[in-house]
Amino acid sequence: MRIRAQSQGGNAVVRVLMSHEMETGQRKDSAGKTIPAWHITNVTATHNGKPVLNAEWGPAVAKNPFLQFTVKGAKAGDKIAVTWKDNKGDTRTDEAAVS
Amino acid sequence: RWASADAATASNRLYDVPRFGNVSLLHMTDCHAQLKPIHFREPSVNLGVADMKGRLPHLVGEHLLKAAKVPAGSAEAHALTCLDFEQAASRYGKVGGFAHLATLVKQLKASRPGALLLDGGDTWQGSATSLWTKGQDMVDVCKLLGVDVMTGHWEFTLGMERVKEIVEKDFAGRVDFVAQNVKTTDFGDPVFKPYVMREINGVPCAIIGQAFPYTPIANPRYMVADWEFGIRDDEMQKVVDEARAKGAQVVVVLSHNGMDVDLKMASRVSGIDAILGGHTHDGMPVASVVSNKGGKTLVTNAGSNGKFLAVMDFDVKGGKVVDYRYRLLPVFANMLPADKEMDALIRRIRAPYEAKLAEKLAVTEGTLYRRGNFNGSGDQLLLDALMDVQGAEIAFSPGFRWGTSLLAGQDITREWLMDMTATTYSYATVSDMSGEMIKTVLEDVADNLFNPDPYYQQGGDMVRVGGLQYTIDPTAAMGKRIGEMRLNGKPIEASRSYKVAGWAPVAEEAAKAGNKPVWEVVEQWLKSRGGKVAARSPNVPKIAGALPNPGFI
Amino acid sequence: QFAWAFNKSAFEAKSIADAVKAYGGAAPAESKDVTLTAPDIAENGAVVPMAAASSLPGVKHLLILVEKNPSALVAKFDVSDAIEPNLATRAKMGQTSDVYAVAITNDGKAYYAKKEVKVTLGGCGG
Ligand SMILES: [Mn+2]
Ligand SMILES: [Mn+2]
Repeated sequence: MRIRAQSQGGNAVVRVLMSHEMETGQRKDSAGKTIPAWHITNVTATHNGKPVLNAEWGPAVAKNPFLQFTVKGAKAGDKIAVTWKDNKGDTRTDEAAVS
Repeated sequence: RWASADAATASNRLYDVPRFGNVSLLHMTDCHAQLKPIHFREPSVNLGVADMKGRLPHLVGEHLLKAAKVPAGSAEAHALTCLDFEQAASRYGKVGGFAHLATLVKQLKASRPGALLLDGGDTWQGSATSLWTKGQDMVDVCKLLGVDVMTGHWEFTLGMERVKEIVEKDFAGRVDFVAQNVKTTDFGDPVFKPYVMREINGVPCAIIGQAFPYTPIANPRYMVADWEFGIRDDEMQKVVDEARAKGAQVVVVLSHNGMDVDLKMASRVSGIDAILGGHTHDGMPVASVVSNKGGKTLVTNAGSNGKFLAVMDFDVKGGKVVDYRYRLLPVFANMLPADKEMDALIRRIRAPYEAKLAEKLAVTEGTLYRRGNFNGSGDQLLLDALMDVQGAEIAFSPGFRWGTSLLAGQDITREWLMDMTATTYSYATVSDMSGEMIKTVLEDVADNLFNPDPYYQQGGDMVRVGGLQYTIDPTAAMGKRIGEMRLNGKPIEASRSYKVAGWAPVAEEAAKAGNKPVWEVVEQWLKSRGGKVAARSPNVPKIAGALPNPGFI
Repeated sequence: QFAWAFNKSAFEAKSIADAVKAYGGAAPAESKDVTLTAPDIAENGAVVPMAAASSLPGVKHLLILVEKNPSALVAKFDVSDAIEPNLATRAKMGQTSDVYAVAITNDGKAYYAKKEVKVTLGGCGG
């Protein structure tokens, strides 16, 4: 994941780019077989370890998903961690410091 | 009186433009790489729908002359309209050409010390030499011409790397490329400077760039894959406010939105003194005044193909613009001597290609032109060639607004063919399309042209269609404008497959399919005509609902 | 840490109202206090930026939906005191459609803002 967390007016604007196919389950392969859905279902974020964001996503979120949120009161040096989980059970967590 | 006067009398005092105020901006746009004088026929069809009906820029012929208070038969009338095109073109001669433009720029800069020259874009595309030199010819002439600030559209079809190379190397310290609405697709970082501050006679002036907002849609997205565009009124407002906060007493947007979009933007964003616009190729002899919550904003558009140079003079007093004068000057090659230095540079640039450019492919027996909402005889020639050579029953040609005109009896050279087709993705395609898909395509393009909300318009003309007849109601809703589609008198069947020729596909797969460039197909056809091409009569749809309209003669 | 919940019926709902209902929201009413930011024309139908925001008190969830997608719901965000009620992502759109931002409040009321986003075949120009 690429995470950019920038302090702005006492808050931190966090922008995240995740790496994921986000396969819809609607497409067919060259043999005409439906390609099964494979997408991130859940995203969470923490601020210095404290949960701040919880989201559920469907397959209509674009490939290599983007997320932006603003954490109140986060200061430079604070840690923002983002975790995703997909419908196959894979998960990934990355962390960035507020700049 | 004008009609019977000789050309010299009819153009008398054309370039006599008294200085006004203390801040002057010269504006050129959409020259489409036309280095040499050409003919360019303005449209006889430029329909305005909804709120745009009967308003600038949607006036043609005598309707435009009336709005501009320009006498019929004058040199200016020829520059602005298609009236008596053949006769007037022979009388007044060719228009544009960078050597002649350079003379006019020098003359105006001499009378207006400190004036800036702004280039609205669509400068690095539209000719064989710009395609073959990857825009280098235009970059070099623009530097010599003294362009100060520029924004873009077709420039981007040279690819991101080439654009960056020119902006960062060739233009370094000379020309500022500005675009507040171009950002990276990852985190939305700015790709270009949003604006520049220049002092003119002690007055701080901000020039904000607005690149063509729909570049990734109207042109191949893969060419600008890492960049996003968009209109972004709120961000434009922030840039205007920032420039004002930093002391700008004049704020001008150098825009490639297209005029209807500029008019809407002027009503929604406040604090802009003028939007100097391009893209829709509207030669606007007067400025439109738009009210917004901050006051008034002027909106102009300076035509295309090097035909015009616009002059905006501001009187700035007490830290703000108090008055203005605006003129749109046609560039007549016969009335402005060629600038020697520019002429020499153009000769040098063209020398290696001159023989190839001048090769005569045929003689045209009728006028060839492109501009107009539905079709032109020049496009009809392309359509006829694409269908004949490839055995297609239907052909589509994109509704581009660039491309030069030829008079009856003139040679069709390779140069003209390239003026009509030179893009970095001009592949000729032939595909099987269902009747339903053909309808979808026509509806999609019609909505880009006639959506009542300008922000949903992309500023081209309707796709030109060969073989197929149809009816269009520009005033109908999206998906309901096209009807009565027929081929050889028989109704188009939704589920039947038709062989359709086209060119300039935007999909990346089409670029990799190994198709010939369109000019090769058309050249083959031209060379098979026995030296002469009969006059083309453009296949146009039947218009329902929108007429009468002062954008139609 | 949050529990990994995924509301299948919400993401399979064909209509805006059904997706909202799956999160306990009533029939949504249009509101000036909900903001949807999306382009007029999608530059790329596969990647359309969309943001939902709300200035209403007591917002529990913010939803982003595309009416004409095979399933309407794109994303559901829980709004907490720790974040601004303003979230952005990018969505896929198969065709021109109304796009919705919906705020569901603690008392089960739902409010929306909508906008038409055009998805076009492209390829024309001045
Ligand atoms: Mn353009
Ligand atoms: Mn242009």
